[in-house]
Amino acid sequence: MFAALIILPLIGAAVTWLIPYDRLRPKVFSLFALGHLGLTVQLLSNTPPPSAGGWFVLDALGKIVLLGTSVLFLFCAVYSIGYLYYRRERSNRILCVGMLVCLSAASMVTITHHLGLMWVALETTTISMAPLIYFNRNARSIEATWKYLLICSVGVALALIGLYFLAYATIVAKVEPSLLLDDLVRDAGKLSSGWVHAAFVFLLVGFGSKMGLAPLHSWKPDAYGEAPGLVGAMLAGGLVNLAFLALLRVYQLCLATKEITFFQNALVSMGLISMVFAAIFMARQADFKRMLAYSSVEHVGIMAVALGLGGKAIFGALFHILANSLSKGVMFLASGNIHRSYNSKNTSQVKGVLRRLPWSGALFLAGFIAITGSPPFAPFISEFTIISSAFIQGRVVVALIFIVSLAIIFIGMALTVLPMVMGEVPQESESTSYRDTVWTVGPPLGLLLLVFLLGVWIPEPLMSLLNEAAALLEVPR
Amino acid sequence: MISLADQFLVLVLLINFISLGTSRLIFSIRAVAAQGVILGILPGLIHPFSWHLVGITAVIIAAKGFIIPLLLNRAVRSAEIKREVEPFLGYVPTLLLGALFTALSFGFAGKLPLAPEHQNYMFVPASIATLMSGFLILTTRRKAISQVIGYLVLENGIFIFGLLLAEAMPIMVEAGALLDLLVGTFVMGIVINHISREFSSLDTSRLTSLKEE
Repeated sequence: MFAALIILPLIGAAVTWLIPYDRLRPKVFSLFALGHLGLTVQLLSNTPPPSAGGWFVLDALGKIVLLGTSVLFLFCAVYSIGYLYYRRERSNRILCVGMLVCLSAASMVTITHHLGLMWVALETTTISMAPLIYFNRNARSIEATWKYLLICSVGVALALIGLYFLAYATIVAKVEPSLLLDDLVRDAGKLSSGWVHAAFVFLLVGFGSKMGLAPLHSWKPDAYGEAPGLVGAMLAGGLVNLAFLALLRVYQLCLATKEITFFQNALVSMGLISMVFAAIFMARQADFKRMLAYSSVEHVGIMAVALGLGGKAIFGALFHILANSLSKGVMFLASGNIHRSYNSKNTSQVKGVLRRLPWSGALFLAGFIAITGSPPFAPFISEFTIISSAFIQGRVVVALIFIVSLAIIFIGMALTVLPMVMGEVPQESESTSYRDTVWTVGPPLGLLLLVFLLGVWIPEPLMSLLNEAAALLEVPR
Repeated sequence: MISLADQFLVLVLLINFISLGTSRLIFSIRAVAAQGVILGILPGLIHPFSWHLVGITAVIIAAKGFIIPLLLNRAVRSAEIKREVEPFLGYVPTLLLGALFTALSFGFAGKLPLAPEHQNYMFVPASIATLMSGFLILTTRRKAISQVIGYLVLENGIFIFGLLLAEAMPIMVEAGALLDLLVGTFVMGIVINHISREFSSLDTSRLTSLKEE
């Protein structure tokens, strides 16, 4: 079963590579995405026991990330049928193949408990996404690709040395040398604290830069800004969660050693810095896709703060994994439509979207309301849980910085989004062949419905999954 | 064999300084290739003979010593550039910083407990010093090729540390990590060629169209 989850997308990649028709390829691509989601649901409801000597284990944390990634991927794949129709000027072969390879590696990250293998899979997701950011084949996108590739590769390389330090700590401690999470947790008490401490610093910096936590986020606005909408959705809603899962694994290890307070404080401060950074750069952002990138910096910040706070906030962090990836999907897919229609992503030219594209405009507006944490959408639940937990724990300063950043971000984003969707379409606006269709509007609409649904009602199986996952991250007293 | 391995590590450290101090790209690429070959020989010096070892040595020498340098050489030729011009930080300051980092990494390694079988080796400080040199090259140079060279040196530093872990890292993971790094460099090589086509130079400081106003 585990193997199928990884092999199916790879078969899909091979098949889409061989298909010679650009029109047919996205449809086959979607079929494989559907198959992957089917497998995921099967695995979630009927989890097989650990296999291959404990290398492959699907625990509650992995399940949440796998579910979020697979659902978002399916919506992106279906969207690609409509979207790529408007991008017939270039072949979409690399896009479909790259996405499927990335899905395969992403599944690997979620189901493995071997930290070395997880690293390999994580680096594979980085590399497989690089050609997709270069989809537009122009000077700006090559610049974005270069920055993304270099910063993420160096970041993940630093994480690798962190893992090596951990492995070396097991050798120094004369326990069974291993990078299996369960072995490390079991032997954590015996590991030399110097090596473990150094390892945590490198792992935090490495996975933090892959996740885009400030001040390691400088690649993010460029990559998200230049990538096509569906690739942006996958980066902001999928890859970010994988890096967060890697941090969760490190957190699990920290719980078993004595280093947890250090790690928690580092997470809280990096998270708050990210939120403040996002608040500063969000204001007066003239490019709406870059604005979404800063929103992503904000939301990884929220997840880091929540993880650092611990307690009830952990539940918020885990729920935010799903809430953030689904709402980011809405925003990026809708912004892709708007970009196609205006052939510009500058807000000086993009005005009156509600008039020109009633559906995409409304979705973008609703997505903005959801992502800024307004009820009745899912991000509200997670953000509210995190803030109340911060107050309960007496972390008033953290809570205040958190709330003030959220408020500034809301205003900053509103100043960009509202003039965009309201008002009249400028006279000189370029007219393009893009029209809202079922294929381009349906997927973001479906995602929005999910965000809404999770905001008003969390189904019982998901609730118990979240609670089970939160229990894995509880600080022992 | 211990002293031989240590002498090779000294060579690795010297090569770091060559890459830090030279402006000629071809020379820098050659230095990194030589470093790759040394790294390929090292596992043979500290581990007992096995076919697995021979395989790893062959793969590393082929990849780090020949394939990647060839790729970079081709990029240099197609872009017709010979030198790194006007790095963000001059060569003398970078060399001094490199020396400082090397000294610091010896201090850092001295503070951490080592397994008894590794007490007499220089692996840990050499690894961290190489890592830091790579990082320095990455952050102070303008040309995309120099940045890839920095990335390679950084990877070499990580690789040296990995030599201490032959037991803890199963061959599959080792191979996967190596493959990822190789593919990463390949992709970087391709991107470099596209950069030179778009900007007709490999100067990453020209990549400024995405700056915040």
